[in-house]
Amino acid sequence: MHAEIIGVVATFIATVLLAIPLGKYIAKVLAGERTVLDFMAPLERFFFRVSGIDATREMTWQESLVALLTINLIWFVYAMVILMIQGSLPLNPDHNPSMSPDLAFNTAISFLVNCNLQDYSGETGVSYFTQIGVLMFLQFVSAATGVAALAVVMNAMKERTTDKLGNFYNYFVKTITRILLPLSVIVAVIFLLNGMPMTWEGRDTITTLQGDTVQVSRGPVAAFVPIKHLGTNGGGFFGANSAHPFENPNYLTCIVELVSQSVLPMALVFALGFYLKRRKLAVMIFSVMTIGFLLLTISTVMLEMKGNPEIARMGIDLHSGAMEGKEVRFGAAISAYWSILTTVISTGSVNAMHDSYMPLSGMNQMLGMMVNCFYGGKGVGILNFYIFIIIAVFISGLMVGRTPEFLGKKIEAREMKIAILIVLLHPFLILVGTALSSYFAAHDTAMGYWFSGKASGWLSNGGYHGFSQMLYQYTSSSANNGSGFEGLSDNNPFWNITTGFVMILGRFLPIIGPVAIAGILAQKKYIPESAGTLQTDTATFGLMVFGVIFIIAALAFFPALALGPIAEHFSMH
Amino acid sequence: MKSHIFSAIRLTLVLLALCCIVYPAFIWGIAYFTPSHGHGDMVEVNGKVVGYALIGQSFTADRYFNGRPSAVGYNAAGSGGSNKGPTNQEYLASVRAAIDTFLIKNPAIKRTDVPVELVTASGSGLDPDISPQAAYVQVPRIAKVRGISEDKLKALIAQNIQGRLLGVFGPVRVNVLQLNIALDHTK
Repeated sequence: MHAEIIGVVATFIATVLLAIPLGKYIAKVLAGERTVLDFMAPLERFFFRVSGIDATREMTWQESLVALLTINLIWFVYAMVILMIQGSLPLNPDHNPSMSPDLAFNTAISFLVNCNLQDYSGETGVSYFTQIGVLMFLQFVSAATGVAALAVVMNAMKERTTDKLGNFYNYFVKTITRILLPLSVIVAVIFLLNGMPMTWEGRDTITTLQGDTVQVSRGPVAAFVPIKHLGTNGGGFFGANSAHPFENPNYLTCIVELVSQSVLPMALVFALGFYLKRRKLAVMIFSVMTIGFLLLTISTVMLEMKGNPEIARMGIDLHSGAMEGKEVRFGAAISAYWSILTTVISTGSVNAMHDSYMPLSGMNQMLGMMVNCFYGGKGVGILNFYIFIIIAVFISGLMVGRTPEFLGKKIEAREMKIAILIVLLHPFLILVGTALSSYFAAHDTAMGYWFSGKASGWLSNGGYHGFSQMLYQYTSSSANNGSGFEGLSDNNPFWNITTGFVMILGRFLPIIGPVAIAGILAQKKYIPESAGTLQTDTATFGLMVFGVIFIIAALAFFPALALGPIAEHFSMH
Repeated sequence: MKSHIFSAIRLTLVLLALCCIVYPAFIWGIAYFTPSHGHGDMVEVNGKVVGYALIGQSFTADRYFNGRPSAVGYNAAGSGGSNKGPTNQEYLASVRAAIDTFLIKNPAIKRTDVPVELVTASGSGLDPDISPQAAYVQVPRIAKVRGISEDKLKALIAQNIQGRLLGVFGPVRVNVLQLNIALDHTK
C-alpha cells in the first residue's frame, strides 16, 4: 500500500522537475532563440519552401486564425476520406472494414480536435494505415495547433502595442520538429525496451498453455503511444487503451506515460513565465492549477485504495482496493492518480476503466474536465485559464474600484463579452447534450435511424450511474478529453453525430476566443504599471481566480453532479 | 485565404512524410535491435510458443493457478473491462457468485482471505498478473489436485514474484503464465 503512494508522489515530483527546464526550452523555441535542436532548421526551411510559406512574415490574430482553421479543415477532409475507404487500403492485415459515415465523422473530428473520443475499438475498427497515417498524424498536428495558438496569445501578452503576433506556421512546425517529434523518439525507445510491440504483422494465433486457441492483436504500437501522451491526445491503439499490456507493459512504462502526458502542459505554464519574463505570474498560475489538481487527486486516491464498500460488505480481502477495471501491475493508487491526471489535462487515455471507479472518483474525473484548465490540454489548458484570468481581473477590478487591467492592457466590454461567451459555452454544450440524451433514455424513446432500438439500450448501468454515463460522455466531448464511461453504447448515429458537433464547438471556439481577446488587447495602448494597478501575480489574485473557476465551473455543474455521482455515492451508504 | 489553402495542403503532405513515414520507420528500425524485434516477448515451452509474456491467458482448470476474471474471455483479438458501475446490482450479484464459486473450489480458504482481484475483472481483460496473495490462497487446492507439497508450491510462488520497480515503487505481482509453466515443470 505504502509503496504505491510513494510511486504516485515520485511520479508527480519527477514531472514538475522535468517541466521547469523543458518550459525554459519551449520558451526559447517559441521566441526563436538559439536551442540545441537548431540543426532542425534546414529541414524546417525546406518544409516552408515546399509549402510556399514565408515563415518570417508576422501575422495578425485574424490571419493566424484563418491559417489555423484552414489547415484544420484540410486535415478533416483527409481523415474523413481515409477512414471511409480504409478497408481497401494497404497495411490492413486484419481486414478491418471501412467506417460508416457517422463513425468516420465522429472519429475524424475526435482526433482533429485533440479529443480522441473513440466509438470504435482499435483491434477491429481501424487498419494500421489509419492508425499511423491518419490518427497518429492528427495526434502530432492537433497538439502542435494548440501550442501554436498559445504562442500567438503569449506573443500578444508582451508589453507593447502591435497587431503583429508572429507567424502561425512557424510556431506550428517548430512545435513538431523541435518539441513533439524528438520527445516522441526518446519515449518510444523506452517503450521498446520494455516490450511494447512495433510490428506491421496482423493478429497472431496461439495455443495457450491450457490448450485454448486465441488470437492476439499487435501492431506498430511503440510509434503511436508516445505522441498519444506527449500530445495530450489519449486515443488508444487498442480498445482498452493504456490498460492493455501491449500499450502499457509495466509500472515503469506507466510512470513514463504519466510523465509524458503531463510534462508538456506543466512546462507550457513555465514557458509562459520565461517567455514574458514574468516568473511570478507563472508561479501563480501553476499554484492555482496544482492546488485544484491535488484536491481532486488526493480524494480519488483515498477512495480507490479503500475499495468498493458494497464489496467490503461481502467480507472478502479488500487489501488491493477497488480492482474492478484495474490492472494488478499498476494497482489502485497510481490508477486513481492517472484517472485525475488524464481528465484535468485533456489526454483522456486510461489505464483502468473509469466506468467502474467509485462514484465520487467519477465525479472528480468529471470535475477535472468541467474545469478543463488545471494544467489542461496542450496549449488550450492555458488558453482556458487565460479566460478565467480575464474574468477574475474584471471582477476584482470592480470589487476594489480599479480599472481592470491585465499586463498593462485595459479590459473592456468587448473582451468581457467574448470571455463570458466562451466560459458559458462549456456548461451549455454539456448540459444541453446530457438533458437531450436523458430525455430519450428516460422516455425509452424508439430512436429510428439514430439508434437501432430504444434509448435505454445505450446504458450498461441503470439509475444514477446510467445518468453519469451520459453526463460523462458530453463532458469528455466538450472538454476534448476523450475518455469515457465505456459502458455507454456510443457507436451509433445519435452519439457519433451529437458528440461530433460538441467536440468541434468545444475545440475551436475556446481557441478563437482567447486568441481574439489577446489580439484585441495587444492593439491597445500599453499602460505602465503604477501604484493603482491591480497586481495579478500575487497569492490573493490566485485565490480570486480559483474562486472564479469554482463558481463558474463547479457550481454550474453541481445540479447535474448531484443527480449522478453524488446520488450514487449516497445510495451506497 | 486561397494562398492559405494551397500552403496548407503542401505543408500537410510534407508533415505526413515526416510524421507518418520517417518517424515510424525510424522507430521500427530501432525495434529490430530489441530482444523481441518488436514482435512482443513470446514465451516458449520445449521450443513451442505458448503465448506472450504480457498477454494474460485463461486459466480455469483446478490444476493451474487461476488468473483474474476477464470481460473478453482473454481473447486478445479485443480488449476491455466489464464497465460495470460500483453500485450495479447485477454486477454485485456476479461478484457474490464469483466469491461463492471460489470458496467451493478452495474449501480450505476463509472468506476473509479471498483477494478482491480474483473476483473482479481487469481493465484490459488481458491482465497477465495476480498479487502474490492471490497465488498463495490457491496453494491448498493445487497441492491436493497435483499431489505436490504446499511448501514446495509456496517456494515456487516466491521464486516467481516480480518485485517493486527499483525495489521501491508500485505493487508486487506474479505473472500467471510464467508461474503455471514453472508449475508444470514441478513434480
